[in-house]
Amino acid sequence: MRRWLPRPVLFVAALLAVTVALLPLAYLAVRTADAGTDRISQILFTERVARLALRSLGLATVVTAACLVLGIGSAFLVTRTDLPGRRIFGVLAALPLAIPTYVAGFAWVSQLPGFEGFWAAALVLILASYPYVYLPVAAALVAADPAQEEVAQSMGRGPWRTFAGVTLRQIRPAAAGGGLLVALYVLSDFGAVAVLRTDTLTRAVFVSLELGFDRIGAVVLAGLLVAMTIPILAGEAATRRRGVRYARLTGVRRPAARILLRRWRMPALLVLTAVAAAALGVTTVSLARRLAAGVSRPGAWSEVAAAAGASISLSLAGVALTMLLALPIGLLTARAPGPAATLVDRLGYLTHALPGVVVGLSLVFFGINVAYPLYQTTWLLALGYAALFLPLAVAAVNGAAVAAPPVLDDVARSLGRGPLTVARTVTLPLMLPGIGAGAALVFLTCMKELPATLLLRPTGVDTLATELWTHTTVAAYAAAAPYAALLVVVSAVPTWLLVVGTGVLAKEGAR
Amino acid sequence: MPNALRRIGLAAAATMLVTVLPACGDSDTDATGTDPAATGSDQKITVYSGRNEELMEPLFEQFTAATGITVETRYAGTAAMAAQLLEEGDRSPADVFLAQDAGALGAVAKAGLFAPLPAEVTDPVPAEFRSSAGEWVGVTGRVRVLAYNPELVAEADLPSSVSDLTAAQWKGKVGVAPTNASFQAFVTAMVVAQGEEKAREFLTGLAANEPQIRDGNGAIMEDVEAGRIAAGLVNHYYLGEIAKERGVAPDEINLKLHYFPGGDLGSLVNVAGVGVLKPAADDPDVREFVDYLLSVEGQTYFAEQTYEYPVIDGAPAPAYAPALDALTVPPVDLNDLDDLESTIALIQGSGLVP
Repeated sequence: MRRWLPRPVLFVAALLAVTVALLPLAYLAVRTADAGTDRISQILFTERVARLALRSLGLATVVTAACLVLGIGSAFLVTRTDLPGRRIFGVLAALPLAIPTYVAGFAWVSQLPGFEGFWAAALVLILASYPYVYLPVAAALVAADPAQEEVAQSMGRGPWRTFAGVTLRQIRPAAAGGGLLVALYVLSDFGAVAVLRTDTLTRAVFVSLELGFDRIGAVVLAGLLVAMTIPILAGEAATRRRGVRYARLTGVRRPAARILLRRWRMPALLVLTAVAAAALGVTTVSLARRLAAGVSRPGAWSEVAAAAGASISLSLAGVALTMLLALPIGLLTARAPGPAATLVDRLGYLTHALPGVVVGLSLVFFGINVAYPLYQTTWLLALGYAALFLPLAVAAVNGAAVAAPPVLDDVARSLGRGPLTVARTVTLPLMLPGIGAGAALVFLTCMKELPATLLLRPTGVDTLATELWTHTTVAAYAAAAPYAALLVVVSAVPTWLLVVGTGVLAKEGAR
Repeated sequence: MPNALRRIGLAAAATMLVTVLPACGDSDTDATGTDPAATGSDQKITVYSGRNEELMEPLFEQFTAATGITVETRYAGTAAMAAQLLEEGDRSPADVFLAQDAGALGAVAKAGLFAPLPAEVTDPVPAEFRSSAGEWVGVTGRVRVLAYNPELVAEADLPSSVSDLTAAQWKGKVGVAPTNASFQAFVTAMVVAQGEEKAREFLTGLAANEPQIRDGNGAIMEDVEAGRIAAGLVNHYYLGEIAKERGVAPDEINLKLHYFPGGDLGSLVNVAGVGVLKPAADDPDVREFVDYLLSVEGQTYFAEQTYEYPVIDGAPAPAYAPALDALTVPPVDLNDLDDLESTIALIQGSGLVP
């Protein structure tokens, strides 16, 4: 059977694309080599580093486990039960994605003085990142073919046993992929752990740079972070079974039977309301209070608008480049699965756990020494965003490519269409929703990014995130609040589109 | 309705084609616009600022209005900015580095990136506030103080030396920001003045006294004001910043400043200052900028807007702070504060930071 593209071309394109994500690793290697083995072992093999690494792993474990429970639970309640107001909760469960963790952390600690430490950071990170699990799982639940469940039920299994035996299995790839993103995100997060004072490896990387610009110390610790992602990636891969696909080929979308919650309706409603209040309400109230309390001038509206415009255009550049690079990788893993494709895909994840400041420094190095014409232009920052967020886009493209079964290409080819016509008329249209979802996710992640943006943005350009940082470092909270509010509002738009894309809002006959 | 996402997908695909392709052609115009080798006046300078935009932007606007020279500014923390300069090396597009402490300026000078400033620029500034080799010059003075909440600390109980903060009565009551450059400069000064052993003793004692660790001086001030911490080691001008945010006079804030007496290291005077990058050594616009920072007009801005001490004669002292010559400050040479390695090892070893 001929494929959509000759594989060697696709493979080379994917390899080139993943090189961008690997730029920071090259920098780590160069800088680490400068340091010499003595210095490295002096930094690495200490009780302090062991403690930091364990705490980072512990935080990632706790947050990922809780996000899986919360994400799968909300997705299930919203898509498969008769929960009242489930369409509203369908949106609320995704909205925390629009709030940067540094804003959320700050909101919590300013409402609850003394709210700090490991469990405080864990709570804020759980509430901020469970949408990474919720969104793909909700989409998988909506898209899953109910036939399997119906068979299970017809053979006498109750709804709950069907859920455990059949449904969970169907959503396992989506949940594992979401969990992976959460784990890597937690490893790389600086905002929440800094504000809520938990010493993780990433915070130590930042502190190394703060303390006398110790780049070697920062780089060696960042290398350890990369090493820590390898077992996590392997763990996620182990949960996937090869060749299992749950795409449906037949017929129209048919909703699965809804489970009646009965006496669990109220408790479920209360839990989801509490989660939404904690994840969204605290930040909203705190922003409003800060806005009311201070007198610092929020700057002219033209400044706020300029920052919003810069945020949006820089993020769009990041999205364009990231999606362009993600296409060949996503297509390769979907169309030519195998060890080579898996390797390319996994390589893209390696830098996803790196702190933004390290990716920023590495691209400063790259820009100065290799691509000077790009230095301090939008495109070097876009390259930074691509290096940071490529996996988010690849996952979406890959999902879309899997859902657009190659058999449709083959049919078109057998009817005499050329490969490019097939790509244009069959494959790409089928993949567009997936590309859109990836674009929306990358867009809102770029909007929130701070450390790499500070290092790589064109001189003189302010974004919402950098303005927010500027004002909070001099305690001008009232001036900072409009930027924070606008950042959340603008990010809410792509978040809303992501919810729409899952299909949980689709109208359907009630049962 | 996955239609919306389909449309985004289309838009993303279109943007990729429209934006990425032409970028390959014209992307070099932006970068070459700031030609590092330019020597004549082009009415434009590029400043890397480790000081906050909120504080500096009005001054730059004032400068542009007076001279017609545009200031392109990058803002980041002083440490991050120094790290970026060191990474950029001699290809840096920056003309001027504006930093929050002498240590960062010293580190960049040590890498050989600064051009020496002419004597007529630096001479009006007292020798203790500038680099001995003329590679950087202080622009403002800032004094280390102990901020305290008068409801929690009686005036009679104030320590006479910063070393007293390791005593039992201060257990759990003192806020410190060990990652802050001002704190590091203070520790370095302690190493220079009293030796490494004394500094280690102090830091270990401080760490054992369960201090309240914060990320920056602003956070310490907020918590002292709110009564969550009794006292904290900060710089003197933060009181003015908090007062400005609250819209009240500094003496209406529920917080007082204690200047350690008798030349104690706790009242170290550090500077914020500037250095000029080598390629910009002969740029007349850069020279005008440095001159402006050290002019009566520029210095008055700092005294009135950021509550820092002017470094030249003829500018007013900051509103609420005691006159600098009325304080007995420790005799520490700021040129000695550039060697941070041992300081970092000490701070890390003490357990005050991760």
